[in-house]
Amino acid sequence: MGTPGNDGAPILSMIGIRKSFPGVVALDGVDLTLRAGEVHMLLGENGAGKSTLMKILGGAYRNDAGEIRLRGQAIDINSPRAALSLGIRVIAQELNLVPHLSVAENVFLGAAPTRLPGVIDWGRLRADTTALLADLGMDLDAGAPIHQLSLAQRQMVEIAKALRGDAAILVMDEPTSALTSREVDNLFRLIDRLVQRGVAVVYITHRLDEVYRIGDRVTVLRDGRLVKAALLSEVTIGELVRFMANRDLDDHFPKRRQAPGRELLTVEGLGRRGVLHDISFKLHAGEVIGIAGLLGAGRSELARVLAGADRRDTGSIARDGRAIQLRTPADAIRNGIGLLPEDRKAEGLVAELTVARNLALPHGRRLARAGFLPRRCEEQLAEPIVSDLRVKATPAQQVRLLSGGNQQKVVLGKWLAGDARVFIFDEPTRGVDVAAKVEIYNLMNRLTESGAGIIMISSELPELLGMSDRILVMRGGRIHDGFDATVATQERVLSAALGVTAAAAGIE
Amino acid sequence: MKARRFGTVIGLLALCAVLWALTPHFLTVSNLLNIAQQTSINAIVAAGMTFVIVSGGIDLSVGSIVALAGVALGVMLQGGQSPFIAVPGAIAVGTGCGLLNGLLVSVGGLPPFIATLGMMSVARGTALVFTEGRPVSGFDEGFRWLATGTAGFVPAPVLVMLMVYAVAHLVLTRTTFGRYVYAIGGNEEATRLSGVAVRFHKTAIYGVSGALSAVAAIVLTARLNSAQPIAGMMYELDAIAATVIGGTSLSGGSGSLVGTLVGALIMGVLRNGLNLLGVSSFLQQIVIGGVIVGAVLVDTLLKRHRV
Repeated sequence: MGTPGNDGAPILSMIGIRKSFPGVVALDGVDLTLRAGEVHMLLGENGAGKSTLMKILGGAYRNDAGEIRLRGQAIDINSPRAALSLGIRVIAQELNLVPHLSVAENVFLGAAPTRLPGVIDWGRLRADTTALLADLGMDLDAGAPIHQLSLAQRQMVEIAKALRGDAAILVMDEPTSALTSREVDNLFRLIDRLVQRGVAVVYITHRLDEVYRIGDRVTVLRDGRLVKAALLSEVTIGELVRFMANRDLDDHFPKRRQAPGRELLTVEGLGRRGVLHDISFKLHAGEVIGIAGLLGAGRSELARVLAGADRRDTGSIARDGRAIQLRTPADAIRNGIGLLPEDRKAEGLVAELTVARNLALPHGRRLARAGFLPRRCEEQLAEPIVSDLRVKATPAQQVRLLSGGNQQKVVLGKWLAGDARVFIFDEPTRGVDVAAKVEIYNLMNRLTESGAGIIMISSELPELLGMSDRILVMRGGRIHDGFDATVATQERVLSAALGVTAAAAGIE
Repeated sequence: MKARRFGTVIGLLALCAVLWALTPHFLTVSNLLNIAQQTSINAIVAAGMTFVIVSGGIDLSVGSIVALAGVALGVMLQGGQSPFIAVPGAIAVGTGCGLLNGLLVSVGGLPPFIATLGMMSVARGTALVFTEGRPVSGFDEGFRWLATGTAGFVPAPVLVMLMVYAVAHLVLTRTTFGRYVYAIGGNEEATRLSGVAVRFHKTAIYGVSGALSAVAAIVLTARLNSAQPIAGMMYELDAIAATVIGGTSLSGGSGSLVGTLVGALIMGVLRNGLNLLGVSSFLQQIVIGGVIVGAVLVDTLLKRHRV
């Protein structure tokens, strides 16, 4: 992207940074050097210390030891405000926008141009925002309220907000985890533009394909230590994975195919007003159906209807050939259908409760004796699941203290304790590190081998192609196409999702 | 959370130590029993409030339910009903009000603040209409045992309070219902997607609060030997204060009945101590307000440092 080399003097150096929390050393003498106009990839598994390092840079945490130099000057970042005034902007994974205010109001939140003290100059606010958006090449209306925007557009607003004023360093934590590939392209073009202006971009991601697409330089952390800092032209993707995981993961998709068995789930003419239309498909025992589509194509809506979370308006659903009603999630669970929701924090977990209590939540009725839970029954239910899924936690730990991958395993584990035969996985590996991804894939294999069927929604095409038997492509709430995964290609699935014919897209 | 509970107990003991040093009348058996007895009504209401707040809600109607259930009890007793009919009858009235709150919240989708604010006014108004604003007084000795009787040296109201806490604690910590109270307060949508009948349980939670308000009304009516339609004014605030001082988070998902009981005792000890010291009732309000805010402030600051 930019023109990196060893000639540019570093704009920022973090040297020997240390940070410990009660019981854990999160960072143990980590160095990070940034140069103006580079995209610096920060890699590492969940819990490697990336976020902690960036929180120190952003002023959210204080480092216990080590030095930070900006343009050669030692600096002390003692608050988020200090970081802002030094030109350091951190965009967190969870966006922080006020939903009922407009784009312009959010971009200039706390810094709106005023006519008199306290009286906002609305004309200038709008004009300044429009100019900023145009400058960044963003096609957004300054007056649109945030809650009407898509996730990708909100992210754009967040970036515009970060770049207001003089930004020298921009940190992005997994910015593409919720974006479709076209939106990712837009984002990368924007990053390119920023780099050309001399902004140093720190980019955290779990998607290795992105690393080489936009990165110039890379720093890999593992267990709070610096493992490797190099130009990307000097390391291969295989080496990066080894640095991160300290083990070879040549087989990303350990898919084991099964001969499809009996029909587990039969969906016919399923519809929900305004979101789903005439959805029909069959899921067999031992089969993984991948569902592709852009954001808003109706994939998660389908998942929610099948899991009893939302009602259907038309159509029928049969389990093992027997028509079933799905009025509530409890109906779905009774019929052996388990949902791994898209947003695990909002829909999958009760953060304040322990691992054991989260795992036992769907099974309370079965565990209880006359309403009372026998002593340790939840722990007894949890222990085999925790060890089986290799959750790095004890059953008595609060879920909120776990890393993303381990939290995801807990959500999965909720359904392993029951007799679920149909699993709906909505973005099962989003925000999960490489090693945990492989574990989730292996678990999918084990489930299908035991005769379960899986419906997997994913925005990562390689994952869909690698782990599915069949791929259904959704667009506008309908199933538009279906492929056998062994013959499908990324291009064909993508053009179906976009609504472009394969011929028009120039694909064989 | 264990540390927080410990902190509340230390606060209570420190308060007692100070009062012991300041006045010889504080640490006597009769005074301590007196405190327990005076605390019992607030503590019983606060037990129900704890269920509601842990589930992420709030119940502003408890004070009015105390009045309505008390009046219902008084009218039944004066009408010659046996306490064995009238007491369950009063509890049914309180439970009914609570369940109505619960339905408005869970099925009607109203914010708990609004639903129970409405009930606060409706229940109070019903009590006033029913009695034409006059107290119902004079009950027979058998019923008044609930206020004057003792089991060994334990006064009956304290006995009722302890029984309520023993049962409620078991329910909150050992039953599926209790688990769901925490789960709903922690993340309602995740709980629903786990197949829990959230509407049913939410309705029941407000029912528990209404039922315990009625139990408090029974003890209060026995103690005053009178059922008053204006009884229970501001009880909701005392109950919320006891719950919050006891470490239950207003945002739901965490808390304990042991904490609430200690919270209620802190308020009781404080009122008693200030009375013994001859502090004016006007000044007492200022001190109690300071203690409520102070306790939660300490908690918030401790949490911030935990990271």
